[in-house]
Amino acid sequence: MYDGVKIIIGIIIFLVLLLFPAWYQVGKAAKVPDPKLAEKALKAEQCVEPKLFMKTQHMKLLDEWRDEVVRSADRYYQSSSGKTYYKSLQVTCMDCHSSKKEFCDQCHDYLGVVPYCWDCHIEPKENG
Amino acid sequence: MNFILGILFSIVVVSILVFIPWIGVWAWDLRFVFGVIVPYAAIAIFIMGILYRVIGWARSPVPFRIPTTAGQQKSLAWIKPNRIDNPSNAFGVIIRMAFEVLLFRSLFRNTSLEFRQGNRITYEWEKWLWVAALAFHYSFLVVVLRHLRFFTEPIPAFVHWIENLDGFLEMGIAPFSGFSLPGILISGFVLLAALTYLFLRRLYISQTRYISLPADYFPLFLIIGIATTGVLMRYMGAFMQFIFGADWFSVPVVNVKELAMGLVTFHPVIPEDIGTIFYIHLFLVSILLAYFPFSKLMHMGGIFLSPTRNLSNNNRMVRHVNPWDYPVKTHTYEEYEDEFREKMVEAGLPVEKISEESAEDKTGSSEEAEKE
Repeated sequence: MYDGVKIIIGIIIFLVLLLFPAWYQVGKAAKVPDPKLAEKALKAEQCVEPKLFMKTQHMKLLDEWRDEVVRSADRYYQSSSGKTYYKSLQVTCMDCHSSKKEFCDQCHDYLGVVPYCWDCHIEPKENG
Repeated sequence: MNFILGILFSIVVVSILVFIPWIGVWAWDLRFVFGVIVPYAAIAIFIMGILYRVIGWARSPVPFRIPTTAGQQKSLAWIKPNRIDNPSNAFGVIIRMAFEVLLFRSLFRNTSLEFRQGNRITYEWEKWLWVAALAFHYSFLVVVLRHLRFFTEPIPAFVHWIENLDGFLEMGIAPFSGFSLPGILISGFVLLAALTYLFLRRLYISQTRYISLPADYFPLFLIIGIATTGVLMRYMGAFMQFIFGADWFSVPVVNVKELAMGLVTFHPVIPEDIGTIFYIHLFLVSILLAYFPFSKLMHMGGIFLSPTRNLSNNNRMVRHVNPWDYPVKTHTYEEYEDEFREKMVEAGLPVEKISEESAEDKTGSSEEAEKE
């Protein structure tokens, strides 16, 4: 092998960069998101829409709600289950999901998502 | 190969690669195969293949410095050398390599040669290839680095910075409600646009069309497939819901991260609820990784080993000994005569040195001849 030292240094740099996620994790307790449902949410059994839909589409639903409420004062949402909900983050969503820290932040922090809800809405004050 | 055939072949191959995980996961439920085994195999092939290729290159000698450079070589004291384009030391080489690796300087030098005014050749400033190459490579890099949010816990700060920068554009409800949530990331669209341009350029310019092979179209289509599945998953869920009433595109990212973290920590898990489109995305990425070392994509490693870029032009200062100069077997005329002297003498050929035996023979025979 010609220029063996340089080649091996290059290969080591390549492997260290490539395997960054693997060695970065070593010695760190993997935090798993654990969104806690408050009692009221547990009692209701289902959110506005089915669970998987809420998991993947809640941000789009909230965005739609905001536009419809702000622009056309349309305050009522007809769910696919037939129920009608009042479109409001603070009044409807946060009524069941009362703790931002124990519910919203769990997954958002896990995935590095910073939603801009709280640019306008007042963030609930929670201790701990 | 006809270029239409080349394109068709590549499209068919990529389509097959899309259908394999589609059928495998959707019909046969082989989630473990496509979610764990294939990605591990792909990364193993990727690493081994790259090591194999790089070591293979390192074993090839580059005995002499190649001075095909665009600058004045260092020579006499009163001639100003170009220290970067024709470097005589390691510092200049590092700068030149940095320009090449980070800014694609060779592509920047691209000119197009055309007949524009009758028979007069014109060289035109042609930077579109360079621009598209920069857009493609850097947006791809940003996309890859952004994906680290799925592979690290806690997410390192630089990933947040990249994502914030990438997602600075807020589009509201454009082009339709739900598209721009959760947040538009520009890099994905730049990536697709640059890939489309590079493909169309290949077709449009007759010379590049003529030299293009399936090996050129296939990686383009493969990466287009990867980017498209990624964009569909991130942005098109609401559209799908609106049109078909069922959302096959959105995937729960928490579950996706669980899968990714399982792979990274070597405790693979297959979470529920991840749609088939995610496995298609993952399979195409695995194919890209496995294909990488054996294709033109290896220019990622090869650029560091380009002999016209990474060697200082010090031919006049340092003696470079050709490493394949072994002691050549020679057979001099003296040795030749030693070997064949007797036969030469017998045949009456002139020899330079007469050995004692043959000299005696010769004198004896000549004496006899004289007697006769």
